[in-house]
Amino acid sequence: MRSVHLSVVSAQSCEAQRRSAVELRGVGKTFTSRTGQVEVLRGLNLSLQDGEFLAIVGPSGSGKSTVLNLLAGLDQPTSGAVFCRGEPVAAVNTGIGYLTQHDSLLPWRTVEQNIAVPLELRNIGRTEIAARVRDLIAQVGLEGFERHYPSQLSGGMRKRAMLARTLIYDPPVLLMDEPFGPLDAQLKLALQAELLKLWSAHRKTVVFVTHDIVEAITLADRVLVFSSRPCQIRLDEPIAIPRPREVHEVRFHPAFEEHYRRLWTALEPPARRPS
Amino acid sequence: MSTQALSETQAEPTLGLSGRVWLYRAIFVVVMLTAWQSASGTLLDPFWVSSPAAIFRTLVAWTASGQLGYHLLITFKETAAGFVLGATAGVLFALLVGANDTLHRTVDPFVTAIYGVPKVALAPLFIMWFGIGLAPKIVLAAISVFFLVFFSTLRGVREVDLKMVDALRTMGAGKFATQRMVIFPSALPWLFTGLKLGLPYGFVGAVAAEMMASNAGIGYLTQNSAGQLDTAGVFAALFALMVVTTLLNEALGRLESWIFRWR
Ligand SMILES: Nc1ncnc2c1ncn2[C@@H]1O[C@H](COP(=O)(O)OP(=O)(O)OP(=O)(O)O)[C@@H](O)[C@H]1O
Ligand SMILES: [Mg+2]
Repeated sequence: MRSVHLSVVSAQSCEAQRRSAVELRGVGKTFTSRTGQVEVLRGLNLSLQDGEFLAIVGPSGSGKSTVLNLLAGLDQPTSGAVFCRGEPVAAVNTGIGYLTQHDSLLPWRTVEQNIAVPLELRNIGRTEIAARVRDLIAQVGLEGFERHYPSQLSGGMRKRAMLARTLIYDPPVLLMDEPFGPLDAQLKLALQAELLKLWSAHRKTVVFVTHDIVEAITLADRVLVFSSRPCQIRLDEPIAIPRPREVHEVRFHPAFEEHYRRLWTALEPPARRPS
Repeated sequence: MSTQALSETQAEPTLGLSGRVWLYRAIFVVVMLTAWQSASGTLLDPFWVSSPAAIFRTLVAWTASGQLGYHLLITFKETAAGFVLGATAGVLFALLVGANDTLHRTVDPFVTAIYGVPKVALAPLFIMWFGIGLAPKIVLAAISVFFLVFFSTLRGVREVDLKMVDALRTMGAGKFATQRMVIFPSALPWLFTGLKLGLPYGFVGAVAAEMMASNAGIGYLTQNSAGQLDTAGVFAALFALMVVTTLLNEALGRLESWIFRWR
C-alpha cells in the first residue's frame, strides 16, 4: 500500500473551493415506538468539508449512531435535511462506506468472501477481487484467517474484517461507529496508524464515532462532544496538533493536554461538573 | 451481542449420536417386534394384527417378484416430482411475498385459509381433473409440500437480520443482490425445516391419491392388500414406505449439515 503522508493542505488557500462533503441542516429525529416517543436529535447543524476527519464523542444513547444512520440514508430525519456531497440524502446512500457499531458480517461467508462482497456487487473480475482482498487482509492483519467463518473469529477480528470490507471499495466518505472499540491497545494503535495513513493518502471524509477521547484527539481534525438526549453539540473542538501525526506520540504533544481537559469537561454531565 | 442471537439457530442434536443411543434403539426395536410376534396368535388374532414374521415373508416375496420395487418406484417418482415442483414454487413465492410488505399483507389471509383445507380432501377433485395417471398424485404431493415450504421459508425471510440487509444496501446492493446474498441464505435454515416437514407430507399426498384411484404405487398396494383381507400386505406396504421416507429424510439432514457447515 502507499505510504505517502500528505500534510494537511493549508486551510485558507482552498477554503473557497471546498464544498461541504456532509451536512446536516436543522435535523431533528424522534423515534416512535409502542412505549412512547424518544426525541433523539433536535435542530442539529453539522457540516464537514471534503477530506475532513471528524470525531464524535458523547454519552451512550446520545444519538451518535443515529446521526450516522441518517448520513447513510438508512433512516430519514423527522425534520431538517441531510446532504452528502451536495446531494440531499433521500434513499440509501451508496457513496459512503459505513462501518456499523454492530456486527454485520454474513455468517455463511468466510472472511475473504465477506470482504469481497462490495467488489462482487460491482462485478469486478475474480483475479482482481482475489488480489485486492489479499491486500486488505494483510492491512488489517487477518492473514491466516481467510477461510474462517465469522463465528470462528473474536470480536476484534470481526471488526477488522468489517473494516477491510468497508475500505476495499474505496468510498469517498467513511462513517465509522466505534470501529476499534473491542481491540487491544496494541492493535488499536496499529489500526489507527493504518487509518491515518490511508486517510492522508486518499483524503477521505471521515466521521468517526468513539468513546475514547485519546483516540478522537489522535485521529481527528475536529472533535464534537454530544450532550445526552435530545442531542446538542456541547463542544466543537478543532484539534491543533499538526499532521502527519504518529499515533503513539500524539499524547505527548503540548496541545494534547488542553484538548483532553476541555473534551473531558464537556463530556461530564453538568450536575457533576465542578465550577 | 444481540444481533448474533437472532442469526444463530440451535445446532441439530442428531449429529454425533453416540453408539449407546444406537444400542438403545436396537433394543427398542427388538422388544417391540418380540412383543408383537408373541402377542399375535396368543392375545390377538393374527387376522387383524398380522405378525412381524408374516410381514417379513410378504416383503421377501414381493421383493423376489419385483412387485415391491415397481410400486415403490412409482410412488417415489410421484413424490419426487411433486416435491421438487412444490418446494420450488414454495420458495419462489415466499421470496416474492416476503420482499413486499403490501403483497404479504394482501395474500396472507387467503394463503392461510387454503392451508387450513385438508389437502387429501382435494384428491377427488384432482382425479376428476387429471385422470388416474401420475398427474393427480404429483399435484397432490406438490400442494402438500408447497404450503409447508412456503410458510417456513416466509418465516425465514421475515426474520432476516435487517442490519445485514442495510449493510449490503450501503455497499451498493440492489434488490436482487440483497435477495441472493442475504435474504435467501439467511432463510435457508427455515427452508430446510420446511423441506424436512414437507417430505413425508408429499408421500402422504401421493399415497392418498393412489388409494383413491390407481393401479400402481404403494397406495394401490395397501388398498389392494386390504381388499384381499391381507393384513400382512398392508403392513408390509406401509413399512416399505416408512423405510423410504426415513432414508430420504436422513439424506436431507446430511445435505443440511453440509450446507450449514459455517455454523
Ligand atoms: N429504531 C429505534 N427505535 C427507537 N428508539 C431508537 C431507535 N434507534 C435508536 N433509538 C434511541 O435513540 C437513542 C440514541 O441511540 P443511538 O444508537 O444513536 O445512541 P449512541 O449515541 O450511538 O449510543 P452508544 O454510544 O451506546 O452507541 C437511544 O436512546 C435509543 O434508545
Ligand atoms: Mg451507537
